Amino acid sequence: MSSKFIELQGISQSFKTAKGPFLALDNIDLRIAKGDFVALIGHSGCGKSTLLNLIAGLTTPTTGVLLCANREIQGPGPERAVVFQNHSLLPWLTCYENVHLAVERVFGRAESRAQLKERSDAALALVGLSHARDKRPGEISGGMKQRVGIARALSMEPQVLLMDEPFGALDALTRAKLQDELLEIVARTRSTVVMVTHDVDEAVLLSDKIVMMTNGPAAHIGEILSVDIPRPRKRVELATDPEYLRCRQAVMDFLYTRQAHVEKAA
Amino acid sequence: MNTQTLPSAAAPLGARPARPTEPVESAAETALPLAAHAALATPVATPTRPAAPRLPGPLALKLRQGVQAAVPPLLGLALLVLAWAGVSMATSGSIPGPAATFDQAVKLFSDPFYSNGPNDQGVGWNVLASLERVAIGFGLAALVGIPAGFLIGRFKFLSKMFNPIISLLKPVSPLAWLPIGLLVFKGANPAAIWTIFICSIWPMVINTAIGVQRVPQDYMNVARVLNLSEWKIATKILLPSVLPYMLTGVRLAVGTAWLVIVAAEMLTGGVGIGFWVWDEWNNLNVMNIIIAIGVIGVVGLGLELLLVQIAKAFTYEEVKS
Repeated sequence: MSSKFIELQGISQSFKTAKGPFLALDNIDLRIAKGDFVALIGHSGCGKSTLLNLIAGLTTPTTGVLLCANREIQGPGPERAVVFQNHSLLPWLTCYENVHLAVERVFGRAESRAQLKERSDAALALVGLSHARDKRPGEISGGMKQRVGIARALSMEPQVLLMDEPFGALDALTRAKLQDELLEIVARTRSTVVMVTHDVDEAVLLSDKIVMMTNGPAAHIGEILSVDIPRPRKRVELATDPEYLRCRQAVMDFLYTRQAHVEKAA
Repeated sequence: MNTQTLPSAAAPLGARPARPTEPVESAAETALPLAAHAALATPVATPTRPAAPRLPGPLALKLRQGVQAAVPPLLGLALLVLAWAGVSMATSGSIPGPAATFDQAVKLFSDPFYSNGPNDQGVGWNVLASLERVAIGFGLAALVGIPAGFLIGRFKFLSKMFNPIISLLKPVSPLAWLPIGLLVFKGANPAAIWTIFICSIWPMVINTAIGVQRVPQDYMNVARVLNLSEWKIATKILLPSVLPYMLTGVRLAVGTAWLVIVAAEMLTGGVGIGFWVWDEWNNLNVMNIIIAIGVIGVVGLGLELLLVQIAKAFTYEEVKS
């Protein structure tokens, strides 16, 4: 059970377009163990986000079956929280209210008001944003917004955290800080994480497994790399770590040598 | 802006995101630690801050900005009055000049609420009567138009069903509906209200529908991932994101209604600013007509400004990363 917490069997996804059906994903098989941090990496347009949306249940596959904890994924559910690429906070709600909306939905039936409030505040504290509790998303920086998005996802105590290029829109320094925070949080909560990224260093730094996808159309899994770097990982020490360099080399080789023909077919 | 992040939960930096809209507050915030520092360094009872170079005070600055902002519109107004005086002179007084009209206006506004029977009432009563018609007609239109807009925006079928009708009826001058109103309601007043209803319903239906159709997919995805109930979706996502569009529709509707009421009242008679204009034309009192034009403009501008303020309060910055 623990070796296949999330299971994708023969997943294909095609979209209707003006020029006829477009096959985005072709026959994807993937198993993700509980507590694993998995990165999906590939060139843009390869269907990473499509795959993540399938696991989230936001879209349904054309063929194939997705299982989470041995149950078929029928639609979105609070046990699979999503951190969106553009954080998707509701601009008319404060940071606290944005988080509370999720908390209320997941725990509202079972717990008292005080308990719910405590959960929302705890989630904000987890990402270090207690001071921005009553600010609206328009009043805080991009990194802070992304952290509220993470707090909202974590507050639901999801079994799986799905992240779609969560740090893609941030500057390098902010991204590094948030990556370190995420490492800490994941270590504490022992969450299963699936993260879409196009950043090689991010993938190697954060994940246990890196799923490398071939270029679309009809993208499939090219290779899965295990990252055997002990945790806690320290970004500065890793810079010279031979295993880190080996993994980085392997991913780079896949992306830039073997899958270099970006958009040749398109 | 992007780098205001904290390394961990344990070390809150008191990060203060830049708020360009509140210069006064941020100035106070920076001044505070300075004063505290001075108090620490010097054990004197009264911590005197080092004399900063004297900048022009905020009041003087505001005054200057105010004057600078007021000059161009005042010049424009002066030009208008000048042109008016020119026209008055050119027509050798058949169009009364600004000075005479001003005197008349002072006389008129000194007693706006007199009533000598239905055909001779103060300008205040006339404006209020028109506003009342607009309020009723517009209110009914909002009551029908906004929910209709929601439905048309939410369901493709309804949108396909009603869009051709709306497209067909929208360009029709609302005054063309006045005879129908007279026929059906058998009265001038309800017919005028009916005309206002017709002219103000379209912008509200159309804008509300567009607003509903343009709710960002991201927000709907949030709703789906959180598995929110229909009620929560409506109150927390749909309504707040449609509100700015809806208020644009309301603003357009009120503007049109105020345009149309003058024309409608000219036709229906009774009490009202439009009727008053027509009455004064029959009396050949051109000064009062000019005053009425001014009053109509001022009231219209007032309505517009009021609604812009309301819209501002309910519009949130579209959050993008």
